[in-house]
Amino acid sequence: MTSARPARRVLIAAASLTALLAAAACGGSGGDSAPAASASGGADFSKQGDVQFWAGKDNTGDVKRILDAFNAQHPNGKVTFRELPALADQQRQQMIQNFQIKNPKMGIVSMDVVWVSEFAAKGIVEPLPAEQFPTEGMLQPVVDAGTYFNKLYGYPASTDGGLVYYRSDLLKKYDLEVPTTFDEIKAACDKIKAGENNSKLECYAGQYNKYEGLTVNMAEAINTAGGTIVGDDGKVAVNTPEAAKGIQQITDWFKDGTIPKGAITWAEEEGRASFQAGNLIFQRNWPYAFSLFSKDDGSSKVNGKFGVAPLPSFTAGQPGVSSLGGHYYAIPTTADNKGTAADFLKFVATDEQQRQSTIKASTSPVLASLYEDQELAKKYPYLPVLAKSVATAKARPKAVEYGDVTLAIQDATYPAIQGKTPADQALQGLQDKLSTLIK
Amino acid sequence: MATATAPARSAPAAAGNGRKQKKNALSDGQSRLAWMLLAPTLLVIIVVAGIPVLMSVRESFFTTNSGVDPNTGMIARGDTFSGLKNFTDIFSGQNLVDGSYGQIGRFWNAFLNTTFFTIVCVLLETVLGVAMALIMAKAFKGRGIVRAGILVPWAIPTIVSALMWKLIFDEAGVANRIIGSQVLWLADTGASFWAIVLADVWKTAPFIGLLTLAGLQTIPAEVYEAAKVDGATAWQQFTRITLPMVKPTLVVAVLFRTLDTLRMFDLPYGMIGAGKYRVETLSIFSYLEATQQRYGPAAAYAIVLFIYVLLVAFIFVKLLGADVIGDSAPAKAKKKRGDRGAKTAEAPALEMMGGNH
Repeated sequence: MTSARPARRVLIAAASLTALLAAAACGGSGGDSAPAASASGGADFSKQGDVQFWAGKDNTGDVKRILDAFNAQHPNGKVTFRELPALADQQRQQMIQNFQIKNPKMGIVSMDVVWVSEFAAKGIVEPLPAEQFPTEGMLQPVVDAGTYFNKLYGYPASTDGGLVYYRSDLLKKYDLEVPTTFDEIKAACDKIKAGENNSKLECYAGQYNKYEGLTVNMAEAINTAGGTIVGDDGKVAVNTPEAAKGIQQITDWFKDGTIPKGAITWAEEEGRASFQAGNLIFQRNWPYAFSLFSKDDGSSKVNGKFGVAPLPSFTAGQPGVSSLGGHYYAIPTTADNKGTAADFLKFVATDEQQRQSTIKASTSPVLASLYEDQELAKKYPYLPVLAKSVATAKARPKAVEYGDVTLAIQDATYPAIQGKTPADQALQGLQDKLSTLIK
Repeated sequence: MATATAPARSAPAAAGNGRKQKKNALSDGQSRLAWMLLAPTLLVIIVVAGIPVLMSVRESFFTTNSGVDPNTGMIARGDTFSGLKNFTDIFSGQNLVDGSYGQIGRFWNAFLNTTFFTIVCVLLETVLGVAMALIMAKAFKGRGIVRAGILVPWAIPTIVSALMWKLIFDEAGVANRIIGSQVLWLADTGASFWAIVLADVWKTAPFIGLLTLAGLQTIPAEVYEAAKVDGATAWQQFTRITLPMVKPTLVVAVLFRTLDTLRMFDLPYGMIGAGKYRVETLSIFSYLEATQQRYGPAAAYAIVLFIYVLLVAFIFVKLLGADVIGDSAPAKAKKKRGDRGAKTAEAPALEMMGGNH
């Protein structure tokens, strides 16, 4: 660890030197942001040559497909895959460590949406100038989440939004409309449970174990109720009656059993397994679950018996607000051959590649047009719903020390939804804590 | 330690005084040769252990800059020397968390967890381990299978058993089905602590059992025969013969387990997860701080843990070592001395075993 310090010192020197040069070179380009804002704004995206693409485990084989396609039409610089562990924390750590030792081979990194601010602020990744990296046609919330201090640092590669899976067969059997609010969900469940006489059947679940999924779900509850965690002005504003209402909704549901008691230990997979086994009427999950629910090899008991709806809200007909997921590709400041890396970023975001990834790996595309595409919608009927979810989605708080922020949110909300602390008291504590972390 | 060096000290003395000159020259040459032969090992130890420890001591006196420039959002990189601040911050009462002990600093919460895990786990492991050893030492049909069965948990990598127990303690898992109620073991409740204790005892009681078994087998059968002739009951045999004679081995085993449990990481981390304050140990806390790139505080916590472990080891050796010498009759002590010498020679091998899991 300490060995990185001299390296860092050299880097400060280099960065400030570049900043000076950049300031001198592009005096006219700065709008409201000072020229010095781009510590390495003058990055040269022209040098071609082989680079490595650093990303987590390639579960679907889609990375290989993209790399093959890119390398076939890009002879003067190949991209190879550097496969990192499946755990996000470990990926992040390896990227930061290789930045510290200034590994020139780390040419492209796949950032989780919540790392964008940290990687940008620490000067790990290059800002991507708008004239070279167009974002027209991409979903606006997705682009916003890749932006830090008005500069784009992560080029959107895939996105993700929350959906509610429901048992269409049960709704039909009891002559129920697809519910859009929390109250409607509960009413539907009461009716179904009363009629089904199945003690295993539970109503609703999301991700409530104490990990990143809890932050996602709590942010959704707070935003849906009209609250915020961090306001538009960048100030922490979580201690509001609206936010408390959102948290209280989940707490109440835990208390009255609408959400099964055990769901306090559930991540995505536990809930998915329960829904897939036919024991859950509604589940909040990501689009990935769709293909697993649709399996006809016997692993899914709900194949052909489920539908997809937007997240529940408090007002009928209005969708809930999802938290935004997704991955962003970025170019480390320490990378060699940034030209090839830049070409790759743009290649991944093309209509053709986004379409292929959607078809082959059921990832969610970043281009708005693909959500209205007839051919894709036939294969993935959830796409129009997802489009709505993503279009209104809110990013989780942008913070350099995101790890501290998400832990603070979890620390406050985990006891709250278990009924150990009242919602308003939890949010007061969270307000104080976040205020020291986000300034 | 003192008893172990005693025979070594007497050996050169017995070699005779008359050959003083010659011996000196010889030993000089030997010492040079010894240094040459030891040099590669020493070099490796310095590089992989000595330097990192010194570096993390140095690291613990620095704080990473974290201020964000309000205009650019960039962080001024680098570290600032902050003296003992990382250590004094431990006592500052910041960063309060809600664990099993009310609102206390996160460091102290982790410290108490580590301590209680160690006390509870090692106590249970010792009792169970000795019982296992007694069973394994008995001659009966199928002893091989029993021995193998007892040792299996210890052979499983900790992270694997962590995931295994995670499945068992799942809200819909086997544990809850057996007890017939829904205890939320993995939800950072008081039950999480005991889930970890159970998994740890299951995994490492065999370790104590194995070492104790080795100790049991050094007890000569005649001692028991004599006791039987004298009319000693089974309990008397156990407390008056077995325990005292197996004690040197047992102390070493318990010491290793104590040191090992003090740095427990993978079981709570793999089974319950990060940020669960009822099971967060010092190692986990230090690791999480390092992943937040707060290397200074992380190093400081690791050093406190290091000193804590050192202290416990020291007390252990002093206290139990003194006990071994103090309470024994001369004849017995002699017997034990030999025993203990053998034990210390065994220690490096045990250490390797201890470091394996």
